[in-house]
Amino acid sequence: MLADLTKLYPSDQLLTERAHLIPYESDGLTAFRARPQAVVITESQEDVVETVRMCHRHSVPFVARGSGTSLSGGALPHQEGIIIALNRLNRILRLDQEQRLAIVEPGVANLDVSQACAPHGLYYSPDPSSQPVCTIGGNVAFNAGGSHCLKYGMTSNHVLGIKAVLPEGEVVELGSQSLESVGPDWTGLFVGSEGLFGIALEITLRLLSKPDAYRTVLAAYRSMEAAGEAVAAVVASGLLPGALEIMDNLTIQAVNQSLAAGYPADAGALLIVELEGETAQVEAEFIHLEEIINNSEPYSVTTAQDDAERKLIWKGRKGAFAALGTISQAYIVQDGVVPRSQLGAALAEIDEISARHGLRVANVFHAGDGNLHPNVLFDGSQEGMLERAEALADEIVEMCIRRGGSITGEHGVGMEKRKHLASLFGGEDIEVMQRLHRTLDPQGIANRGKMFPDSLTALP
Amino acid sequence: MKPTTALEAQDAVLDLHTLTPVSGGSKPALSTPSEGSTPLELSDLCGVLDYIPEEFTFTALAGTTLTEIQALLSAHNQYLPFDPPLAQLGATLGGTMASGLSGPGRYRYGGVRDFVLGVQFVTGAGELVRAGGKVVKNAAGFDFPKLLVGSLGRLGVLTELSFKVFPAPEAYVTLRVDFPDLEHTLEGLTKLTTVPLDLEALDLDPPDTLWIRFAGLRDVISSRLERVYAHTGGGHVMQGKSELGMWRSVRDFAWVADGWSLVKIPITPSRIPAMENELQSSEAIRRYCVGGNVAWVAWPADDDKLDNLLRRLSLVGMRVLGPYGRVFLGIHSNTVFARRVKQALDPHNRFPQLD
Repeated sequence: MLADLTKLYPSDQLLTERAHLIPYESDGLTAFRARPQAVVITESQEDVVETVRMCHRHSVPFVARGSGTSLSGGALPHQEGIIIALNRLNRILRLDQEQRLAIVEPGVANLDVSQACAPHGLYYSPDPSSQPVCTIGGNVAFNAGGSHCLKYGMTSNHVLGIKAVLPEGEVVELGSQSLESVGPDWTGLFVGSEGLFGIALEITLRLLSKPDAYRTVLAAYRSMEAAGEAVAAVVASGLLPGALEIMDNLTIQAVNQSLAAGYPADAGALLIVELEGETAQVEAEFIHLEEIINNSEPYSVTTAQDDAERKLIWKGRKGAFAALGTISQAYIVQDGVVPRSQLGAALAEIDEISARHGLRVANVFHAGDGNLHPNVLFDGSQEGMLERAEALADEIVEMCIRRGGSITGEHGVGMEKRKHLASLFGGEDIEVMQRLHRTLDPQGIANRGKMFPDSLTALP
Repeated sequence: MKPTTALEAQDAVLDLHTLTPVSGGSKPALSTPSEGSTPLELSDLCGVLDYIPEEFTFTALAGTTLTEIQALLSAHNQYLPFDPPLAQLGATLGGTMASGLSGPGRYRYGGVRDFVLGVQFVTGAGELVRAGGKVVKNAAGFDFPKLLVGSLGRLGVLTELSFKVFPAPEAYVTLRVDFPDLEHTLEGLTKLTTVPLDLEALDLDPPDTLWIRFAGLRDVISSRLERVYAHTGGGHVMQGKSELGMWRSVRDFAWVADGWSLVKIPITPSRIPAMENELQSSEAIRRYCVGGNVAWVAWPADDDKLDNLLRRLSLVGMRVLGPYGRVFLGIHSNTVFARRVKQALDPHNRFPQLD
């Protein structure tokens, strides 16, 4: 197959030398590594389709890759396969202000969509922390979330249509430009299928009008429990904030060190609550919110007075993952979900698990959704530490399942949580998913080895 | 066959050669089984299994009526934001999901697809399967819950569903604005969809009326209307019982004459003029909901004529009310993706074909 690829692509589009392949060996989850046979840097939708068809003819596995920010190992290469790099497919093909939609190629960065439509008063709602670099193609494959899912949902709630190449090389168009549809929701099934159903070539995104007004509150608490109780009180009050986020002291220290966020350094926990919408409604809601927050015994409360202050609050939150690098040589991030009414108990259990394993866990998470992000900190240079961290992380995931939650809220199963899928779902549930997978990809070449514990082909 | 548990529904699927799941019967054009297909009656598979108000989620069996769920939610000041239609006519949760129907209020936060969290269903091979979950955020496994929205019993028999819900608005106000003609009405609609207004519903009643619904805190709702006046130059305000009743009759299609077909047609605002051009001289009664994203067309008879019309416009329609007949009108074709999914979930063709 490499010979065929050489005929199709000039050398700057086809990487085969070791030195060129190394950057592609892993993604945002560095614990997994595999070297692909080659990397094809596609420049057009036709390139992608042709390459997929060639892989199909030769039964060669392929992994689509955008910016490689997956936190579940979703873009991990297959050692017998190739990487189809999509970064150069980064055109916004259409921006329709009146219909509030954008049609984009998969390599467009998430934040670029919002920036392109900002002059029209519009934005794209899902906002993963990696949004300056992560691509829409990857967001679609793994149903990415972010800090603002509480009110408007995740990626799948914002994708109206998809043109995709299936694993056997057929090109299909799913969905439309309308907010409504008839017949089964094929688009909804494609989103979050982790690359197993092929590669999205064009994605039609729904855009929202930028709110008139925000009210962003930063409240500091002595303990995580107190912050967790405040979340429960806000949710129960009938307010529907755009975001409701918590971070613990370890994360605050990291963020203050590396980003000068100026968060209260001695806080046991910080809560960010953001209201958004029409000015009159937001101001009226803010009166309720202030009352709830003041009754929740915070020891300091700050409200952003302007856009710059709002951005500063969010800078620390969005940069939290990267900041953890300053206090730990390595870390694993989990993104399990628990029912919101069990947040406090779940956090206490994480503390207990962390103490028992003798490793620190930094928590920074989407509290309003019950979507945890425990970061297990460890020193990867010490032998056996990765395994210890993984054992700790596994216990947290199993705790989420036991509490009636999920193993992943927004990062996807990928490589990392395959082993937990069978704890979350029954054997028959998984068998039906796998039957669908086999029907769409009989050779199992599209993102081989992801999502399922026992894949069609042995893993590297 | 009238199963009362998921396991009985599973047995029924295994026993029957071909079957069509039916329940409340509020959408006869969709729920009448085709010749030779046995109805699998699910209205006894009912009851709310789990509702924790502070979680803002619930789980219910598929045959549970919308009115039962709505009564339960409203006791805790919560509601179904996708505003499901036909509740007063006996529509069930499963039927709403399988038909993929949302009401005018879905303009604000999204349709039934945006609120379903998890599903248990019986495949055509007889497996009783769960997918999704009960928590509000979940990215594990294939999204069967979304796939089954609008699947019309063609891919599986729904047995149990989990949804998220939202706090109910304290107050509603509706503004009716009349324009000189369709062109100005559409201009008004476009303006209102592109400015930062959090409207609950935005309907176009052709040729020249917009219905603009607000929901939120009682104290400020009137002041929010003034923002709209800047774009519309005024309007007639409706509040209270008459306002609620008006939207109920829209959502429950009280405006559709007995025996007529009611067709759901996904559309975009820019295509409304072409559609109106075709329909204005006909007897059809229509209403464009969700900011001009769906046309509801009531049609007296002769589906062929509407079928041809939709073909000329490159649109697809799904018949919801009216006598048994064709389900899809206009341009409707299934991709290879759709055919493979059908093959995987219904390998023995126990359920009706996709088209």
